[in-house]
Amino acid sequence: MSDYAHPEMLVTTQWVADNAARPNVRVVEVDVDTAAYTEGHAPGAIAWAWNTQLCDTVRRDILSKEQFEMLMNVSSVSRDSTVILYGDNNNWFAAWALWQLKMYGHPDVRIMNGGRKKWLAEGRELSKEVPALTVAVGYKASGPDLSLRAFLPQVQEAQKSASHAMVDVRSPQEFSGEILAPPGLPETCQRGGHIPGARSIPWGKACNEDGTFKSVGELKALYGGEGVDGTKPVIAYCRIGERSSHTWFVLKYLLGFNNVVNYDGSWTEWGNLVGAAVEKGAAQAAGKA
Amino acid sequence: MKVEDHSERTLTVEGWDVRLTTHRLGETWHCKADNVSPGAALARTSGATKEEAEQRALKRATELLIRTRRQKV
Repeated sequence: MSDYAHPEMLVTTQWVADNAARPNVRVVEVDVDTAAYTEGHAPGAIAWAWNTQLCDTVRRDILSKEQFEMLMNVSSVSRDSTVILYGDNNNWFAAWALWQLKMYGHPDVRIMNGGRKKWLAEGRELSKEVPALTVAVGYKASGPDLSLRAFLPQVQEAQKSASHAMVDVRSPQEFSGEILAPPGLPETCQRGGHIPGARSIPWGKACNEDGTFKSVGELKALYGGEGVDGTKPVIAYCRIGERSSHTWFVLKYLLGFNNVVNYDGSWTEWGNLVGAAVEKGAAQAAGKA
Repeated sequence: MKVEDHSERTLTVEGWDVRLTTHRLGETWHCKADNVSPGAALARTSGATKEEAEQRALKRATELLIRTRRQKV
């Protein structure tokens, strides 16, 4: 992990096993499937539900600063806490949570490399015990740091001017427009396809079979092969913004790109816009788009 | 409890790749079905045997995948 631009953003499963009980460490499981935690989790871990605790449940948005501070307080997280995030699907929503913690300026937040998948595959301990927490008070967030997030007008401008590298991290079938949502999930857009000019680099290509992140060399080849090499600012998007936060993490912290934003409106926004430009069809080789 | 007998296999259901990840915790078998790429969870089930947990997960995955429409591109 030491070759990454920011190796301090990752910890190993063994590190978590050794350090989860330390008083300044808060381990949090964030899953796509929120039932996974109940089945068993890393001892000492608490859970955050992406669909109720990591978003505004009334309007479509991430947590407000006040909501974020409340979540930190009820999770007994202080500004001095080291927050370790992990989850299923190679850390999809762990990355989503990390993106929000970074937006609100939490100083020390990291991802457990390999996530829940690696923890299970290694035959590690699972606990059903939910830690009893002392609710903290007074967590003060900073930000939000909007340099990490793209809103629709910025994406529209970037698409017209080709000023950014646009990375679509969904599956090839979603990119082409063959399907409107991942297989088995509800369709949440009116049109299929992708933002014109976007490159198709599915999020999962950044991971090894065991759920850990690929090496710097492999990641450079993956993204550089599609013309995404950090020379242009990057906008990552998917369907609702969680898979793209995974890619955002890879580009920003593992490859060290300075200007990477997550467009969390993603395809459920763009694919429902009246009059938005949409391109259909499979990805073309880099340089031929 | 420690995770035991962890295994993973991929099969095709209704024309889509499905990954079944199964393990045992004590006397209970747990199975998760996901759609490989992009990787979203389709079902999480448990059972007294590996086969029972996997069959339940496959049944639910099939119910969901059968609804997936393919568009002409």
